[in-house]
Amino acid sequence: MALELNQVTKKFGEFTAVDNLSLAIGEGTMYGFLGANGAGKTTTFRMILGLLNATEGRITWKGQPIDYGTSHTIGYLPEERGLYPKMKVEDQLVFLGELRGMKRNDAKAAIRKWLDRFEVPQNLNKKVEELSKGNQQKIQVIAALMHNPELVILDEPFSGLDPVNVEMLKSAVKEVRDQGATIVFSSHRMDHVEELCEQLSIVHKGQQIVEGSLRDVKRSFGRQNVRIRSDYDLTGLQSVSGVRNASYALDGAVFQVTDDETAHALLQEALNAGPVRHFSIEEPSLQDIFIAKVGNEHA
Amino acid sequence: MRDFWIIFKQAFLSKAKSKAFLITTAVVVAGIFLLANITTIIEAFDDGKEESTAIPVVADNEALVDRLGQQRTAMGEDSELEVTGDSRDVLEDQLKEGEIESFLILRAPGGDSIEAEYVSESSEMFGFPMMLQEALQSMQTEMRAAEMELAPEQAGALFEPVGFEQTTVSSSGKTEEEMNQARMLVYVLMFLIYFAVIMYSNMIATEVATEKSSRVMEILISSVSPVKHMFAKVFGIGTLGLVQMLLFGLAGYLAMKSSSSVSEMSEEVFSSLGLGNIPASTIVYAIVFFVLGYFLYAVLAALLGSLVSRTEDVASLITPLTMIIVVGFIIAAMGLSTPDAAFVTYASYVPFFAPLVMFLRVGLLDLPWWEPALAIGLMLLTIAVLGWFGARVYKGGVLMYGPSRSLKDLKKAIQLGKE
Repeated sequence: MALELNQVTKKFGEFTAVDNLSLAIGEGTMYGFLGANGAGKTTTFRMILGLLNATEGRITWKGQPIDYGTSHTIGYLPEERGLYPKMKVEDQLVFLGELRGMKRNDAKAAIRKWLDRFEVPQNLNKKVEELSKGNQQKIQVIAALMHNPELVILDEPFSGLDPVNVEMLKSAVKEVRDQGATIVFSSHRMDHVEELCEQLSIVHKGQQIVEGSLRDVKRSFGRQNVRIRSDYDLTGLQSVSGVRNASYALDGAVFQVTDDETAHALLQEALNAGPVRHFSIEEPSLQDIFIAKVGNEHA
Repeated sequence: MRDFWIIFKQAFLSKAKSKAFLITTAVVVAGIFLLANITTIIEAFDDGKEESTAIPVVADNEALVDRLGQQRTAMGEDSELEVTGDSRDVLEDQLKEGEIESFLILRAPGGDSIEAEYVSESSEMFGFPMMLQEALQSMQTEMRAAEMELAPEQAGALFEPVGFEQTTVSSSGKTEEEMNQARMLVYVLMFLIYFAVIMYSNMIATEVATEKSSRVMEILISSVSPVKHMFAKVFGIGTLGLVQMLLFGLAGYLAMKSSSSVSEMSEEVFSSLGLGNIPASTIVYAIVFFVLGYFLYAVLAALLGSLVSRTEDVASLITPLTMIIVVGFIIAAMGLSTPDAAFVTYASYVPFFAPLVMFLRVGLLDLPWWEPALAIGLMLLTIAVLGWFGARVYKGGVLMYGPSRSLKDLKKAIQLGKE
């Protein structure tokens, strides 16, 4: 495993920000780190980056603790924009690139390459404060990726961007992953995580609620959605044993079930009532899982 | 070490290239040149029609006026005297109208004594009547000597000047003239140190707060340790300060040299500033105290800057710091006239006041070498302690967000830094 967090706990005085968190992230994987606001995501990232020391537990990157000796191999995108507003894009990125161990000329070449890729080469000599939010975020992403880091930590990389920009940044992140980088990113946009991540973890109030590969997480969630479309009234199907929840729309209904037998029973019942135009068993979305897990905790 | 230089360079260059810095520097340099050439500029605006400087003289004996004219020429004065037939009343009216600036009434009753009255608009022209009096005095003495029929040697013996020498036995061991020169120089340098320390420590605090509020700090300290970042910043802006001061100094020097009125005007200024014969040690001390004073306050400013998360809050946190410098400046300003007062002596060892007050004492008094050395040692010690303490605060402070305007956050920051 490339990045390992072993029973990491972080306390600020009495407050426990991260409680006994364990992660193992393989090299070249994309890892989603999910949690509501204040769940401890940023604190965990700061510990990984070595900005904060864990109260207990151990964090290693390729078997070594992360410190300023290894920081050249790490890319970081903080949650809020982290750029000098008054500095020109090129000067700024050259500075940040040099700090990550790049040579001046390499940095300049990389900046041009990335700006072209993001279709904003005209921003090279503009001040950051003159750019739109989406374009600032592009600069921020370049700052995190330009030095070809082995480990990339992205804190909410896609928040507040329009769909076109999200796609552009997503494809850039995927490309970096394909080149072998290990990427950890946090988000509360479940669809992004679902699309990008092989592995994920959901934290809530400092505690890890879910951890594993996307498929395992969905399987072990133990619930599926059965979608049926029919011209007949389907409300009666709610009484089928094993149905946990049902929601109705104009042309059909979605039932939450825990096993395949219940799904088949539902189909039988529906066919008994009349012709069925559509039947499908759907995996739960990450959104469902997140709301179920975190929502329960709230309750 | 590479990281240190990258941040150093960035701190230095981004400020040095900023419009604010370039404009300030240009304005001050232009001001220096303007001041140095002020006489030329005034002359250029002058229409050249100088009014006659001849002074009307009411006299019953024209030979006396000629004699006075000769005497004054001998003394190196060139203002003209002009015998007038107008009465005193007419001249007084002219004086009130502003047509003339002054007039002289000259009489020699009995032929061996001189009576004179000098009437002028105001008593501003202090030196001129004195010189007139002097000239008349020697004329009268000559007249009397002639009357007594003294031989030239006898007259010469009478007028032989007395051997007079002025020596002071104050603790400074410097003559009054030297003191005045030194005072002027020390005052100018003190001002420079004072302004530089306020300006650059403010710059540091604002810079650190900006990096925090723009969250670029998180990226920076994920590649460089906060302590290294802090010191690179302090050194970078400190170097900027030194460069700016050197630029001002160079501009001042060049302005003086190139000034068209170089002959008298600037030499006068040079000597009145004590620049003609600046003791090298004073300049060296000025640089040493500038650098140390800067570091002392800069480290504190960086520490305070790391506590705020919005640049708007910098001003309120930095006020106590500014107050300390102001107090130091007031003590030093009072010490200009009494550099050997007890409170000045004591204050000169307080590290926060030393850059101004000890420099003042070093510049004005002849101190045993260990006194400034002790103050410098104490300052170095304080800088080391503050650096150590500041680094701890800084490490946590830069990660702290939220409303922070009080020094209570110090404790929180140190705690966070430890974690």
